[in-house]
Amino acid sequence: MGKRQVNKSVVIGTIGADAHMIGGWVLEKAFRQAGFTVAFLGAVVPQQEFINAAIEIDADAVLVSSMYGMGILDCEGLREKCIEAGLEDIILYAGGTVAAPIEIEKNWPEVERRFKALGFDRVFPNTCTAEEAVMALKADLGLT
Amino acid sequence: MSIYLLVDIGSTYTKILAVDLAEEVILGRAQSPTSIEIDVTIGLNEALAELVDACGLDLARVTGKYASSSAAGGLKMAAIGLVPELTLEAARRACLGAGAKLVCGYGFEIDREIVEAIVAARCDIILLCGGTDGGDKKAITHNARMLAHSAVDCPIIVAGNRVVADVVRETLERQGKKVYRASNVLPRLDTVEVEPAQELIRDIFISRITKAKGLDKAADFIGGPIIPTPKATLQAAALLADGAEGESGIGSLLVLEVGGATTNVHSVMDQSLVTPQTVLRGLPESRIKRTVEGDLGIRYNAPTIYELLGKDAFLRKLRDRCLSVEEGEFDADTHIDFLSKNVGYAPTTDLGLDIDIVLAESAASIAVERHAGTVRQEFSVVGEILVQQGKNLLEAQNVIGTGGIFRYGLHPERVLRSALFSPEAPWSLKPRAPKTFVDCEYMLYGIGLLAEHHPVPALRIAKKHLRQTGVEI
Repeated sequence: MGKRQVNKSVVIGTIGADAHMIGGWVLEKAFRQAGFTVAFLGAVVPQQEFINAAIEIDADAVLVSSMYGMGILDCEGLREKCIEAGLEDIILYAGGTVAAPIEIEKNWPEVERRFKALGFDRVFPNTCTAEEAVMALKADLGLT
Repeated sequence: MSIYLLVDIGSTYTKILAVDLAEEVILGRAQSPTSIEIDVTIGLNEALAELVDACGLDLARVTGKYASSSAAGGLKMAAIGLVPELTLEAARRACLGAGAKLVCGYGFEIDREIVEAIVAARCDIILLCGGTDGGDKKAITHNARMLAHSAVDCPIIVAGNRVVADVVRETLERQGKKVYRASNVLPRLDTVEVEPAQELIRDIFISRITKAKGLDKAADFIGGPIIPTPKATLQAAALLADGAEGESGIGSLLVLEVGGATTNVHSVMDQSLVTPQTVLRGLPESRIKRTVEGDLGIRYNAPTIYELLGKDAFLRKLRDRCLSVEEGEFDADTHIDFLSKNVGYAPTTDLGLDIDIVLAESAASIAVERHAGTVRQEFSVVGEILVQQGKNLLEAQNVIGTGGIFRYGLHPERVLRSALFSPEAPWSLKPRAPKTFVDCEYMLYGIGLLAEHHPVPALRIAKKHLRQTGVEI
């Protein structure tokens, strides 16, 4: 099997028991404007739904938003499930208040290390703009 | 007439238990060395003769017979999956729950070296999984190709991604492999479905492996199929916990079986969260669960336990129990080595008995810790959060000890204490305050053999003969 073709499609949603929608909503606008197909799943999204949507739209990436500080917990095991579901090479990003705010402020390298260890390609702090996320994904997909 | 013979052809001994189902009593028992290398019926007949001698049983009055076996290596299986925590874990559970001995397990794409290891392990069955339905296709098709072009000659059960099951089957069959197909052990990421694969394992064991292992003569004597011994114990555990029509069970339980080579742990209990707010991780846990520790046993594997524990800790524990042990009087290294080479050895001195207890306690502690789930703390914006992985056994109502040590051991209830929750390891979700029982009759396998056709009298006999013990924590 050869390398899959990039088709500019992403899945976006807020993971776990987190009801905050705004982060994902902003990302959705930005990615659509940049010409991406977006499956926007809203808030309180289980890992399984991210994966189902990614299979259906043949997504290049899954963008996980998290606001309530439990992002690391909610993202555990997502990469392993992607592999089992045949999404071995999919790009995984997380962003928002992905850990306790004090951790993000004082200990960002550790937060980044933990997300890398979970198999995430990038993690963004809550100060990142939607445009920066678009740029990053375009770079990772070789579109720039 | 309602006399039944319950036979277990073990790796070392062939045991027979005679029960009267109408009277609900155990009539007697006998054992003789297993003779499967020459002819399994020699040991069987010797044990029978001993049984007749011991309890004056008239064999003409026997109504029926059932048997289990773990001789000739038991049911040896290899599990292959994709992600170790997902399809490989589901495959492992399928094997263990079917009473198999898991000799190897591999995730991701296997290579030549692994294939050689699988061939060398001389498995009875290989369970090939990988990918959810509609999920990954690459790993299982690659692994099927590797097995197809190997010297593997045992049956292969394909229980992976449905979408490529036909392709996988053809790949293997084209190279002359014997293939069976079951539905996916992990059809969706949140659903473990091991029962169809387990049924196939049982059928293959009965139809092919019994004969291959020289057990067919025993099956002729029994007049019915022989099942793997661990499966019998698992059936007994389920019957005891859940009860049968008109006869209540004893509730959630854990059965600890300490043997010479392995330590088995069976639990029958619904999964629950430590607290309502706890976050749960990992594959869903099944109500009936078996794990087996192939490195923990008090004869063949006495050296492993001794190493895990460390010489100093071993001697300290021994002195706690047996005050008379003085430095220099006893050489621990030599004794442990002796145990591993004299697997039929039965101690007669207090010291010898206490050593067995110390070994069994350590085996029990580690085996139950590996069976039970764990909790850990994480911190978030909303404060502390508990993350649970695996099965919560804190509220298990009963713990039962079975195996030789619980029959001949000196105060074997001490072994059960180490299977319980310890404040020194609060992260390990072991039973906190269960009732404890000792299977001093060594009858549980027999109860399991009766479970399918005679559940009510079997359950009543078990309840009558399990000895409740006090365990002070």
